[in-house]
Amino acid sequence: MPPTTAPFPCVVIPMHDEAAVIAEVVREVRRGFARVVCVDDGSSDDSAALARAAGAEVVVHPINLGQGAAIETGIRAALRDPAVTHVVTFDADGQHRVDDALAMVETAATHDVQVVLGSRFLGDVSTLPAARRRLLRAATAFSRATTGLALTDAHNGLRVLRRDAAADLRVRLHGMSHASEILGTIARRGWSYREHPVTIDYTPYSRAKGQRAYNAANILFEVACHRLRHAA
Amino acid sequence: MSVLPAVLTPATALLDGAAIKVLLVLSLAGAAALLVRGRPTALSLLLRRALTLAVVALGVVAVLLPDTVTDVAQLLGVGRGADLLLYVLCVTFLFVTIGLYLRLGQLHDRQVELARRHALLEAEVARLRGDDA
Repeated sequence: MPPTTAPFPCVVIPMHDEAAVIAEVVREVRRGFARVVCVDDGSSDDSAALARAAGAEVVVHPINLGQGAAIETGIRAALRDPAVTHVVTFDADGQHRVDDALAMVETAATHDVQVVLGSRFLGDVSTLPAARRRLLRAATAFSRATTGLALTDAHNGLRVLRRDAAADLRVRLHGMSHASEILGTIARRGWSYREHPVTIDYTPYSRAKGQRAYNAANILFEVACHRLRHAA
Repeated sequence: MSVLPAVLTPATALLDGAAIKVLLVLSLAGAAALLVRGRPTALSLLLRRALTLAVVALGVVAVLLPDTVTDVAQLLGVGRGADLLLYVLCVTFLFVTIGLYLRLGQLHDRQVELARRHALLEAEVARLRGDDA
């Protein structure tokens, strides 16, 4: 079916102890998007109240379940509204730009693809610390080799999922491995996808909240186990 | 015998105590297979129960007739009964650990689903209340 009507996206923001920035991030996102769902993944601060006050619908995990689980919860909350055509995943630490997200929804609608993935390497990488750049390049090479997807960035939190893809997505891996798991799902199901250049704003806050480089080894192990189990 | 290991060629060294080596390698391969494709089935439950019973029964025999352990060990190409016990303990520990790891994974998945439904329900209730007010 050709996309005749305008897309109606809903932004999903998983958050865990983001009280310092979440209100500003939600207000920023609300400038471009009518619907925002924040999933509070068992925060110990008042992230949930701040996000709600800033205009987001908030779903609160009673216990910490991990970012992947929070994304799936947010997707399910977003899809309760039958009018939603696309789900946008957006990081809570303020590293993504709302304009990029809007452009990605536009891309998803005009090309009618199921998934649009943000790629910082198609955009401006001048603010990217060199060590992080090398690590991400390696992660991307690994993802390309294992999934067969033609990607330039593997661990970008900014994604747009068309409704059918969002409804089918299951995220089961703990920790940060869900990014690889989602790519694996795209490859296995043969979903149509595109990459879109995005700019990541590396603030001291987002860098402090970011993963440690050695967590790459954990992800490698989890993804390898997951793939083996799926192949079996 | 094994007092002259230097004169043994690598091939015969591999064959030395072949029975226990085959058993141990098969066990380790089984552990790897369990880790990769372990799913709770009626067969795996039966195997687990049968093995537990066997371990208990063999334990009783080993306690009452300690010499039989040494006899079995020598039959398998292991020097002492205590060594055989250690091997069996290691393999059992590995299987128990993997079994618990898989079980914890299943429990985690259920816990996630339960917590998620609770969270969504709570949000739905809050939304309805807000609309009514």
